[in-house]
Amino acid sequence: MPAQINRILLLFTAFIGLFLVVRHFLIPETFGQYGHYRGASLDDISSREMVFADKEDCFACHDDIMEILENEMHAGLSCLICHGPGREHVDDPQLGNINKESGREFCGRCHDIHPSRPLDVVNQVDIKTHHTEKTNCIECHNPHALWEGME
Amino acid sequence: MEDHYQHLYEMLSQVEGYIYPNEIELQWGILIVLYPYLTGLVAGAFILASLERVFKIKVLGPTYQLALITALSFLIVAPFTLISHLGQPLRAYEIMITPNGTSAMAIFGFIYLWYLLAVLNLEIWLDYRRDFVIWAKEKKGFMRGVYKVLSLGTSDISPKAVKLDDRLGYIITVIGIPSAFLLHGYVGFIFGSIKANPWWSTVLMPVIFIFSAMVSGIALIMILYMVVSFLRKVKIDMACLDTIAKYLFYMLILDFTLESLDQVHRIYEAEESFDILNVLVNGRLNITLFIFQIFSGMIIPLIGIGAIQLFKVREQVRKIIYLLTGVMVLVGIFFMRWNVVIGGQLFSKGFHGFTNFKLGLVGSEGLFMAIMWMVLPFVILAFLLWLLPPWKKEEAA
Repeated sequence: MPAQINRILLLFTAFIGLFLVVRHFLIPETFGQYGHYRGASLDDISSREMVFADKEDCFACHDDIMEILENEMHAGLSCLICHGPGREHVDDPQLGNINKESGREFCGRCHDIHPSRPLDVVNQVDIKTHHTEKTNCIECHNPHALWEGME
Repeated sequence: MEDHYQHLYEMLSQVEGYIYPNEIELQWGILIVLYPYLTGLVAGAFILASLERVFKIKVLGPTYQLALITALSFLIVAPFTLISHLGQPLRAYEIMITPNGTSAMAIFGFIYLWYLLAVLNLEIWLDYRRDFVIWAKEKKGFMRGVYKVLSLGTSDISPKAVKLDDRLGYIITVIGIPSAFLLHGYVGFIFGSIKANPWWSTVLMPVIFIFSAMVSGIALIMILYMVVSFLRKVKIDMACLDTIAKYLFYMLILDFTLESLDQVHRIYEAEESFDILNVLVNGRLNITLFIFQIFSGMIIPLIGIGAIQLFKVREQVRKIIYLLTGVMVLVGIFFMRWNVVIGGQLFSKGFHGFTNFKLGLVGSEGLFMAIMWMVLPFVILAFLLWLLPPWKKEEAA
């Protein structure tokens, strides 16, 4: 075999061999245990401190809200959208550690009129003119039961 | 937490219309613009080299080695833009050792390695093997050892052995042409296959990327040949330069046609995404698309080099036109990548709003970082031209 072909083959064999050896030592032990990832990463992730609560955590205590919400416009929303991450409140329920905002600005984040916001998806009002004599949306609208007490 | 909100409100102030929360901040910045730009230069330079080698356009001889070494210099740096964008250099190898078979990006690592090791390095080595042996004999001390290592211990420079080098190099170049197309077509594919993004999702994307790559690579070699000749104080081979420019002209026409076809097709189809794309190109991409990419990057070079094909122009004027149009093409192709990468992230995938992109100066995604990755290939090129001078080959031949 000519010298140059010999050297090329030798170099490529050495490279591929080295790659395989390095690969053997670098792949984590638990890789592929459950799928195409490091199995031990599940333990790493589950050991992290939780910040967010789940809807089911909320309904474990607030089952009354669950019943009201069932057929409501906001039924598809997660509680966290208005009430914040909420884990702290689940672990130690106190009135102060959950978000209960209801001002014009807060509701307006979704419901203020906006030309590029699709009307068929989100009901919109102009918060600058809509019942300006009231300061708080929940004076008329119950966010858990939107049409309650309204025509 | 306060800082977090501060940042969110700053970002929100740049938003227009109605947009999903995960679209406010761009995930891909200037480094991802640079990445297809660099690989494009590699593929383009290689195709120019293969014109001489495979398609026997012998007049391009003076730029053959320059094109190969330039391709190698840029190819070495290309992945660093991705690694520095991802910000986890110590984990970067994982994509190679446990590749996910269904991920386009993971397989790209192997295409890159194939192109680097089996195509470019081999072709350069076979082309220089005889010279390594000669230089190892001529030089003394440390450099002698370096060239001895580079020759991989071979010493046969009989006409038969050199002929075999040439034959093998030819085969590798033949394999290298589809490999270069694959390398850069793949980069286009990664964008073109993202079906949720109407600005990217077109089957023409890989083809457009390949032709724009050839345009930028040829323009780069055209400029580098002039600069290297100027620095070495040697006369430019005008027949070679004119031929490079002629191929640049052909490629520009093809690239311009393909990109126009893509846009015309998009305009005529006028799918639901058309309105937002219309606002995008006439608004946020206005300057980078119409001025830099199309006008100064395409039309002016087409007119400039086209005029030289039609009329007799003095040599000095031709050189100036080549230099200017070359730079304009390089800037234009850079903004083509910019318009693809940045443009595709500026509009909401709900088609109801826009976000904005602010390029920072410092930081891992900033302008200085990008400049560093843009300058590094030229440093490597200078080193390689010193180590493997093509002009010393000519003397020895």
